[in-house]
Amino acid sequence: MTGDVIKTDAVIIGAGPVGLFAVFELGLLDIKTHLIDILDKPGGQCAELYPEKPIYDIPAFPIITGQGLTDGLMEQIKPFDPVFHLQQRVDELKSDGDGGFHLTTDIGTQFETKVVIIAAGGGSFTPKRPPLGGIEDFEGTSVFYSVRRIDDFTDKTILIAGGGDSALDWALNLHPVAKRIILVHRREEFRAAPDSVNKMRALADAGELDFVIGQVMELHGKNGQLESAGIRAKDGEITRLECDTLLPFFGLTMKLGPVADWGLNLEENHIPVDTEKFETSISGIFAIGDINTYPGKLKLILSGFHEAALMARGAHQIVHPDSKLVFQYTTSSSSLQKKLGVK
Amino acid sequence: MPKITYIEHDGTKHEVDAEAGMTVMEAAVKNSVPGIEAECGGACACATCHVYVEEAWRKATGQPEEMEEDMLDFAFDVRDSSRLSCQIKVSDELDGLVVNVPEKQF
Repeated sequence: MTGDVIKTDAVIIGAGPVGLFAVFELGLLDIKTHLIDILDKPGGQCAELYPEKPIYDIPAFPIITGQGLTDGLMEQIKPFDPVFHLQQRVDELKSDGDGGFHLTTDIGTQFETKVVIIAAGGGSFTPKRPPLGGIEDFEGTSVFYSVRRIDDFTDKTILIAGGGDSALDWALNLHPVAKRIILVHRREEFRAAPDSVNKMRALADAGELDFVIGQVMELHGKNGQLESAGIRAKDGEITRLECDTLLPFFGLTMKLGPVADWGLNLEENHIPVDTEKFETSISGIFAIGDINTYPGKLKLILSGFHEAALMARGAHQIVHPDSKLVFQYTTSSSSLQKKLGVK
Repeated sequence: MPKITYIEHDGTKHEVDAEAGMTVMEAAVKNSVPGIEAECGGACACATCHVYVEEAWRKATGQPEEMEEDMLDFAFDVRDSSRLSCQIKVSDELDGLVVNVPEKQF
């Protein structure tokens, strides 16, 4: 991926519902889009936090799930062929000195774009860090929140904490290379694929893996090298288990992340914008959805949709400065219908 | 109006007036009680409104349902008295409820 720079009209940071709808509004105005998102799927919070939970305040949908809304938006933006760059986070955003912008993601994908739309919601999803005393001293050497290379865990005594799919999947996947896997979870039940749970229990029954009911409460070691962890059982007693590696899997939380370093004005972790174009303090960078703020701001998906429509008109002036924008309705405009592929 | 008392980890007490029908999380957020983050806004999807229900009130507040129990897996230092405050509905029967806010919400 490194080396080639992707050139486009617009880069949308965040593929949540508002970022997705921005593709539609920009597409109607002939603006091509690339989307970047840290998650492995489009939908943002709707897909990650509450795919099955009902939303009651989307106009014309008395009830729709987070996943249903995402699926509908994906269908709606299909005619515009947006390009998705998933599991990536924009680390750098700089002016290219010529009115446009240069972006680089954490894995080195580079973009040159005329406008940037920040639709990053509550920020970037990052793994939750257990509030254990001294954990930061072990991070990167003994404590890891993701597995990049399985081989790095060869012959390690790995404590895996958590009861979801990530905890189970990595217990099973690292089992063949690890010296020993100890899975620590606070209760007998798991919220994970039953097949993975069964496989884990079979390994535990065969004595090939340790499953311990409890919670990690203390870490012990020195110079960044973990030596043991204190596990609290149901009865409150703390037992020390020897281990040299800890993988905590307690879900994701949202952090503003690198957005704070891009030279934009910020107000308490939100990006102030005007309410005509939803442009930030830097011309050509727009912010829509939960991440922006302005007088009267409501963090509602429907407000984000409105912001996307007005933002697109602002973006059009920059991307197509010579073309005059004529306001049209999708119900009656044959040129818009052609773009939507319905004519 | 039911009164709810939130006790912070350092012992600071916050007594607030709640309305029947709202959740214990909403009453905390509305009254700016520190330590209850409620990142997901009450969808039982983040485990950042974790509280410990005072022993005397555990019967009245009831047991967590399966979805809440699942979400508690993502909370820190979970105990028998752990609940997600977005899942406890305030009623007149809960007038005087006391909950403890954990030191950290992750």
